[in-house]
Amino acid sequence: MMSVELWTWILVGVSFAVYIYIGYYNRVRDTKGFYVAGQGVPAVANGAATAADWMSGASFISMAGLISFMGYDGTVYLLGWTGGYVLLATLLAPYLRKFNKYTVPDFVGDRYYSQTARIVAAICAIFVSFTYVAGQMRGVGVVFSRFLEINVTWGVIIGMVIVAFFSVLGGMKGITYTQVAQFCVLIMAYLIPAFALSFALTGIFVPQFALNFTDIVPRLDLIQQDLGLSMYSTGTRPMIDVFCITLALMAGTAGLPHVIVRFYTVKSVRAARYSAGFALLFIALLYTTAPALAVFAKLNLIETLNGAQTTSITAGSSLDWAYKWQQTGLLTLDDKNGDGVLTMAGAAAANEIMIDRDIIVLSTPEVAGLSGFVIALVAAGGLAAALSTASGLLLVISSSIAHDVYYRWWNPEATEEKRLRVGRLTILVAIIFAGYLGINPPGFVGEVVAFAFGLACASFFPVIFMGIFDKRANDKGAIAGMVVGITFTAVMILLMRSPQLLGTQAPIINDVFGISAQGIGVIGMILNFIVSFVVSRATDAPPDYIQDMVEGVRIPMGSTSAAAAHD
Amino acid sequence: MANSPLEIKPEEAPTTLSNGQAYWKANKRTIFTILSIWAFASLGMSILFVPFLSDVFLPGFQIPLGFWFAHQGAIVIFVVLIFAYAWIMDRIDRRHDVQE
Repeated sequence: MMSVELWTWILVGVSFAVYIYIGYYNRVRDTKGFYVAGQGVPAVANGAATAADWMSGASFISMAGLISFMGYDGTVYLLGWTGGYVLLATLLAPYLRKFNKYTVPDFVGDRYYSQTARIVAAICAIFVSFTYVAGQMRGVGVVFSRFLEINVTWGVIIGMVIVAFFSVLGGMKGITYTQVAQFCVLIMAYLIPAFALSFALTGIFVPQFALNFTDIVPRLDLIQQDLGLSMYSTGTRPMIDVFCITLALMAGTAGLPHVIVRFYTVKSVRAARYSAGFALLFIALLYTTAPALAVFAKLNLIETLNGAQTTSITAGSSLDWAYKWQQTGLLTLDDKNGDGVLTMAGAAAANEIMIDRDIIVLSTPEVAGLSGFVIALVAAGGLAAALSTASGLLLVISSSIAHDVYYRWWNPEATEEKRLRVGRLTILVAIIFAGYLGINPPGFVGEVVAFAFGLACASFFPVIFMGIFDKRANDKGAIAGMVVGITFTAVMILLMRSPQLLGTQAPIINDVFGISAQGIGVIGMILNFIVSFVVSRATDAPPDYIQDMVEGVRIPMGSTSAAAAHD
Repeated sequence: MANSPLEIKPEEAPTTLSNGQAYWKANKRTIFTILSIWAFASLGMSILFVPFLSDVFLPGFQIPLGFWFAHQGAIVIFVVLIFAYAWIMDRIDRRHDVQE
């Protein structure tokens, strides 16, 4: 019987070797390969790569746990992080693919014939991606420290070296095919323990069926009520907040540059539509399993731990896993009233069982009594999820600096070799900087959901949508709209999250008409739409060649040569 | 290329719309339908109407309909909607002869 630690070293080592091999095999020699994988990625492969790009270390490790504590309110993440793909597939992806350039600021700059718009978009893309990537690097470090007892700093450095290898060498092409492999690892690592736990608790293998057709939800509702907690299947957040957060995450998803650029890599407009479908299908495998896992794990934790004798939790007993997780600090058992029995309660003062949300996914294999191999697979899956997301984000940062700022603005005369060299160099610098942020996370990294999604929702989504669907939208409208949307959203997040971001005692404002920081991007988006519409109508129409370009991106056939002639 | 996207084809487009404009109109109509279902399933059945759906159960289901939409159903519907859009657009592309 091999130890869990040995299995973990083997699986992590093998999966890393595969990523490095794929990265080396797919190394590139030109900027088209480096930024958009030569536009030859098949729809299904791009779907898998998008899914890996999308599902971060946090989706993999923390989301089921988050839902298990939020109950119905977990809807905001479940729907917010899936529904955006419908917007993407119908409103943005096919036309951006037809536009046929390398980055999101490329579209904004060309469509609105404005270097100012290009630079605003590039800065926004860089900020959003850095906020996001720091958390991924941190996640890599945490997985290493928890499973292999390496400290977080070294974990982050190992992660940096791996990402640097395949992204510097292979650019988007290397990243894409590595992500396909990473998707396979992460989805297996998620589904195998979930199926096993589902079978152990309900006798039904498919977790989704167990959630719908067995009595686990009513049972959990009853137990939560008995313990003085709110019912699992009903929410506690105000409806307006749930509505706005869900919508902000959906529009934010559709506007995130690292998601959008994935659709630049496919062969055709048609492939862009289908690959959005495959992406969401692959994402849904995890996203429909997570709520089931959330219920199983919570029910199981409460049923085994609530009322247990404190003396029964020792090494080698049937509650050995609880003993082990206690050592990591993720599970805190504290017999506050000293009666020798652990009791869970709604009120914090009387509650004797404190569960960290990360435990839900990480402890599943042990709770279900699975072997060391599966536990090791979960570690490899968490690493795959964090590394794949990090590499997609790093490419966006690199392309925003090397392509949008350097080549399209600073030095349009740069040769192909020079551009590729600058691209490789910026991705390397971005990795080092992201690693630094991962080791010393600043306050804004904790607010990634509010910042990254809020800003994408208030800036990119409206500006790209108007660029395609409103021929009359012009440079002044777009810039005014983006500035108003970004400023409003960023200021509101700062005010509502001031304790974390500015160090104040209490939030400067609690909410805006019941909407919290995570949902405020919706208001920013509406302001952006209104300002950009009104300003565009009050100023000159865009030049004819731009209007022809818009006609061009709307139709799959032909080229957008009208715009190319004016480059 | 047999047809430029902006060429008027009288036999297919009896109105004054060019083929390109007719194609765009058909696309927008499709998007409107798809996104209406999207909004109904997610923002409607999963959030706004949930208070009315807490006592409604589909036959065989142990969880209320609103909760089912919010934690399972809407996600499945999203997947179906994207493939439906891609499939419908294949047909519209061919009808207007604008496929790549």
